[in-house]
Amino acid sequence: MRAPGGPDIAVGDMLLSVENVSLAFGGVKAVSDVSFDIRKGEIRAIIGPNGAGKTSMLNVINGFYQPQHGRITFKGATRAKMRPYEAAEGGIARTFQNVALFRGMTALDNIMAGRTLKMRKNFVWQVLRHGPAMREEVEHRRAVEAIIDFLKIQEIRRTPVGRLPYGLQKRVELGRALAMEPELLLLDEPMAGMNLEEKEDMSRFILDVNDHFGTTIALIEHDMGVVMDLSDRVVVLDHGIKIADGTPAEVMKDQAVIDAYLGVAH
Amino acid sequence: MALDAGGLPNTFTKLLIRNAELYGSRPAMRHKDLGIWQTWTWAQTLENVRAYAAGLNRLGLKRGDTFAIVGANRPRLYWSVMAAQMLGAIPVPVYADAVAEELRFVLAHADVRFAAVEDQEQVDKIQSVQDRLPKLERMIYDETRGLRDYDHARLNSMESVIDDGRKALAGDASVAIWLDAEIASGQGSDASIILYTSGTTGASKGVVLTNERSIAAAADTVIFDHLTETDVALAYLPLAWVGDHYLNFAQGMVAGFCMACPENADTAMSDLREIGPTFYFAPPRTLELLLTRVMIRMEDASLIKRKMFHYFLGIARRYGEAILDRRPVPLGGRLLYWLGDVLLYGPLKNVLGFSRVRTAYTAGEAIGPDLFAFYRSIGLNLKQLYGQTEAFLYVTAQPNGAIYSDTVGPACPNVDIKISEDGEVLFKSPGMFTGYFKDDAKTAEVMTPDGYVKTGDAGFFDEKTGQLKIIDRAKDVGRLDDGTLFAPKYIENKLKFYPNIREVVALGDKCGFVTAMVNIDLTAVGSWAERHNVVYASYQELAGHPLVYEIIAKHVDDVNRSLSQDKMMAGAQIRRFLILHKELDADDGELTRTQKVRRGFVAERYAALITALYDGSNAADISTQVTFEDGRKGAISARVKIRDMQPVTPSAVLENAA
Repeated sequence: MRAPGGPDIAVGDMLLSVENVSLAFGGVKAVSDVSFDIRKGEIRAIIGPNGAGKTSMLNVINGFYQPQHGRITFKGATRAKMRPYEAAEGGIARTFQNVALFRGMTALDNIMAGRTLKMRKNFVWQVLRHGPAMREEVEHRRAVEAIIDFLKIQEIRRTPVGRLPYGLQKRVELGRALAMEPELLLLDEPMAGMNLEEKEDMSRFILDVNDHFGTTIALIEHDMGVVMDLSDRVVVLDHGIKIADGTPAEVMKDQAVIDAYLGVAH
Repeated sequence: MALDAGGLPNTFTKLLIRNAELYGSRPAMRHKDLGIWQTWTWAQTLENVRAYAAGLNRLGLKRGDTFAIVGANRPRLYWSVMAAQMLGAIPVPVYADAVAEELRFVLAHADVRFAAVEDQEQVDKIQSVQDRLPKLERMIYDETRGLRDYDHARLNSMESVIDDGRKALAGDASVAIWLDAEIASGQGSDASIILYTSGTTGASKGVVLTNERSIAAAADTVIFDHLTETDVALAYLPLAWVGDHYLNFAQGMVAGFCMACPENADTAMSDLREIGPTFYFAPPRTLELLLTRVMIRMEDASLIKRKMFHYFLGIARRYGEAILDRRPVPLGGRLLYWLGDVLLYGPLKNVLGFSRVRTAYTAGEAIGPDLFAFYRSIGLNLKQLYGQTEAFLYVTAQPNGAIYSDTVGPACPNVDIKISEDGEVLFKSPGMFTGYFKDDAKTAEVMTPDGYVKTGDAGFFDEKTGQLKIIDRAKDVGRLDDGTLFAPKYIENKLKFYPNIREVVALGDKCGFVTAMVNIDLTAVGSWAERHNVVYASYQELAGHPLVYEIIAKHVDDVNRSLSQDKMMAGAQIRRFLILHKELDADDGELTRTQKVRRGFVAERYAALITALYDGSNAADISTQVTFEDGRKGAISARVKIRDMQPVTPSAVLENAA
């Protein structure tokens, strides 16, 4: 799966880089002078205590927030301002900390919604649901069914997501993000509120997505065990400042990280 | 088309070829994949199986080898069975949910060189024990997901094997000629499959079945139930289980009907509805689950719908079974039933996926009479059969029109049944096995000198209906002092069908009469108590309540009445019972983890109560240690009352007296 547009980037090369980004809401500094990069094909974790600015960082990457300072380069193009839909078109998909699905719609329709950007026929054709529009829909349905199969959610295909347990809703949300065939997938606490078994399932799916589709993944996670098992590299934020960056093993040993997590007397 | 049992080919492969000729363009298999039902005709199935067989042979599989098959019900795994049979190799299906150690046991015992597996999960499982499977050379997997990066030195995808075989067949005419010769040399007496028993009683044994016997057995029941190539069955029960192999595979091959595979185990219910099978099998557990689901959903329906539901269920109870059995029914009853069918039974069956079912079977354990009657009354032709792996399933089956909830039917066509002196059911059948694989000692153990197979079950022929009744495992059956047969499970099951009763332990072996210890069902009795303003603080208090004793006594009396109808059982009526002061619990070791009573342990633990049951006292004191859920231990002591029951005089005796 590869997003349209932009140059091809080889695995291991830089896909996205964040340089000296600062973001403030009024007087509150959410992110200050943070730089890191995400390489093609890796699983990159962003961790940190509550209020460290992790979600803000994710929101900056997909264009939801505009940073006051700094540059973001995605697939070789440095951008000035980017809207979320532009990010989506560029191949960045995301899931949310609190599940953000259309609760009254079925799992199938929710994932189908993720294909919106890929629909080429115009509104009139879509309404008519005939000829080329129908053929296009069948094609998209096939892609969606492949995702349903991938995530093993066949039995809830026709169930309104509002009736599903939380763990399955998270899976449907991942499905919707995958339906965009993203190049970079941002996961905001994909395992929050899950029990051990659901966490294991979700970890397996994240690894499978990365392995099967070659999707680059940036994820925010609290569960250190999960982070250590899943990610190739970890960036640690605290109070909006980057305090460490490296492999899970390196980061674990870092005194600043230990202090941030355990707390020290100031 | 009518089936001529005499003219059938003698191997499954030849049957497959016959089906491709007779029903070439009819569906043989369906499988829901990516949300769409994919179909393979008999001609396509044959083509694929030929290619697969050729491919397997190129990898080294040959006549006489065993070929393990591990996974869910999927067309390619059934093709694996067919392809092995085509080469004269013997398929050995294994339960997909078997843990690695169980898998290892079967694969090692069956000398398996090749294994067809469903997916990564099964590959991982087998690889984890591979160092102890020196004979296993190669695994062939269906689902490629996750296996891309595995070392493929001893691993092939099924697709690649089939493609390879197809190319070989197309490129070299001698391959096809060789394969045809291999098919022709297949003998009816060749083993067609080895089915491993689940092993709940000791280590699992490999039951060897042959082509001609399997086909003969399947032909008999296909005729018995009028199955044809237009029938459809949903293969949703484990592929390694004799029921699936017989009902779907063997019968499907003989009759030429279509076998549909569900998308996955969790979608079976909705797939059932989409496929609308005409032949259906479900164990009593599944039927109960379905009914519970319907009842729960009805609770949420509007008042009018609820009223209508219960009214028409009443109509169905009164006339439904009679209409199904074509017995006379008054015109008014017929009209009401017809209306009920339009408004309720039809839509209900549609939701459950039973709209097109002509023949449905249940088996495996005793089915509650109410549950059985419910499905029959809404027009589902549900029948009972009795069988086992060693018989290639069928020993008895109920014919249309002669259905009872407490019997399993007369002997199937060409099956010969005998009851041994100690009450064990023995049979001789067309499909019976030739022996346990590599275990002549065990084979000799279950065969009688005159060629009958011992089932291990105790039973007798019911006088009124002429049908077989299975009462208990033969080893659990005892005798009262006066020689009356005592089958604890038979009595316990009769009581357990009452919702108020959760568990029963019947006692009586080597005693003067039968007694019972009862566990009430806290949910059912609790809700009764709420409606009748009976105040209670604990299970113990409710269990000891005099009104609760009244309710249970009524149930016991009903059971005694029903026992009195059977000459064999009339002497085994319950004379005294008590309600236990605590629930039997697996944490206390009283039940197994599968919720079966551990008789020996219970007898020991409640020795004081058992003594009281037999020494005529009205109550007994007991103190038992209990384990709480958090692991702490405590003791419950109680004074348990004992109730005397008046045995019911058998009606026949009454008539004679008058």
